[in-house]
Amino acid sequence: MAKTWDEINARIAAGEAVVMTAEEFGALAAEEGVPAAAKKVDVVTTGTFGPMCSSGVVLNFGHADPPIRMGEITLNDVEAYGGLAAVDTYLGVTQPSRTKGIEYGGAHVIEDLIRGKAVRLRAQSAGTDCYPRTEIDTWVTLDDLNQAYFFNPRNAYQNYAVAVNTSDRAIHTYLGTLLPHLGNATYCSAGALSPLLNDPTYRTIGVGSRIFVAGAAGYVAWEGTQHNPNQTRDDSGVPVAPAGTLAVIADLKAASPEFYSAATFTGYGASAFVGIGVPIPVLDEEIAATLALTDADITATVIDYGVARRSRPSLGRVTYAQLRSGEIEIDGKKVQTGPISSIAKARRIAEELKSWITEQRFELVKPLQLLPQPGSQGVKPLEIRSEEAN
Amino acid sequence: MPRKRFDLTFPPNQATKPITYHLVKDYDLTPNILRAQIQPGQEGRMLLEITGPRESFDAGVAFLEQEGITVQPAATDIRLDEDACVLCGLCTAVCRPGALTMSAETGALLFDKDKCVYCEACVVACPRRAITLSF
Repeated sequence: MAKTWDEINARIAAGEAVVMTAEEFGALAAEEGVPAAAKKVDVVTTGTFGPMCSSGVVLNFGHADPPIRMGEITLNDVEAYGGLAAVDTYLGVTQPSRTKGIEYGGAHVIEDLIRGKAVRLRAQSAGTDCYPRTEIDTWVTLDDLNQAYFFNPRNAYQNYAVAVNTSDRAIHTYLGTLLPHLGNATYCSAGALSPLLNDPTYRTIGVGSRIFVAGAAGYVAWEGTQHNPNQTRDDSGVPVAPAGTLAVIADLKAASPEFYSAATFTGYGASAFVGIGVPIPVLDEEIAATLALTDADITATVIDYGVARRSRPSLGRVTYAQLRSGEIEIDGKKVQTGPISSIAKARRIAEELKSWITEQRFELVKPLQLLPQPGSQGVKPLEIRSEEAN
Repeated sequence: MPRKRFDLTFPPNQATKPITYHLVKDYDLTPNILRAQIQPGQEGRMLLEITGPRESFDAGVAFLEQEGITVQPAATDIRLDEDACVLCGLCTAVCRPGALTMSAETGALLFDKDKCVYCEACVVACPRRAITLSF
């Protein structure tokens, strides 16, 4: 019953493709079996909406008269990178404001731009013969910019840790406030809806895949940073801890504030919720089997963030169904859980992507190059050493 | 047994009176102070939950008013800016009384006002700064 990419795209173009969200596909497979579901459905849509710290935008401001080679650049008092060509910059979501700190970061500047607000651009320069201006202070909107696009080095983490804290003080982390003595547990994945959990060995998601990024059609640009296909996997081949990641690219001008939201994690920093959705073609029963997995089938590893080291102890594994119930059990103790990744938004993204495809506005693109596959690479630590040791 | 929440306003000269002692001792009521701003010589405010037998409940409230304290049904509230909220659910992770929960079914945020003790943990935790407390 194997289908090809071309056959599926032809069905999309003809308005005949059967498209379901990963949750709908899981329910169908439970009812009719994986082979029947695989035969019936052409594309399964996924979605996730969690804080993704390794995100940011490339901007080009255009040239002033006389022109400036922007060195030190701020947007609404948030520093942007000044080490590119004269009026290019990169603004990362976690960069804090010089005046408001983490309450307003690069993420918030980007949200303001998407919302059409004017942003104060200030830059300084030593001045050169070709770029004589040494200072600029002006206001820009997204429409004013020549290019504005996301280039997010690490999005859509394939699974994540469940964070707990066994220490005797509350700690503030990128996974929220963790209460002492296993007072709570936080988790951050769309589970059965999560893009890379539906294609655990990266058969269909690779460089060049067309995807949904913050409400815009974008692409997988490369493997994401810390992409770790060698993570421990369960019997279905699904990683049980953070594994694969995606670097993505998409037009900021086509993004929507419904699918991109700036965030501040108290005691930690600024970040951004980024909506990512990936369509997965139901090529055969093998991919259908992982598309059919539900929150009850997918597990995450409980990690003690009370230990502030690179290697934190594991306290066992739980399923996403258990996490969503609001309570898990760790060492016989009942621990309340709270999510960080919005399941309501993840569903919205999967539905939105589904409508794009059924309305013939979005076709699938076969990867130009596969992501590093299991067995090919892990994640290397950073060792602290002196120059002489090299 | 009736249980109600009141906003009490203390005039400056009454701010240091041990009213909860009298509610317990003289009226057999269970006062639970949820929030308070009390400083000698200044007007004070208290969010007080009172539980107790019906017969002494009204008498206890009358005692507070007799002491010059303005007693009003609690207006203190947790407010959610629904436009800013992204339904991430992080607030539910720090809500120890279980007032904020996520629906496992729909992913909706549920708020049970009666369980809220106005600790403000959610206000601090919300990455969208969408939750505020009015007191």
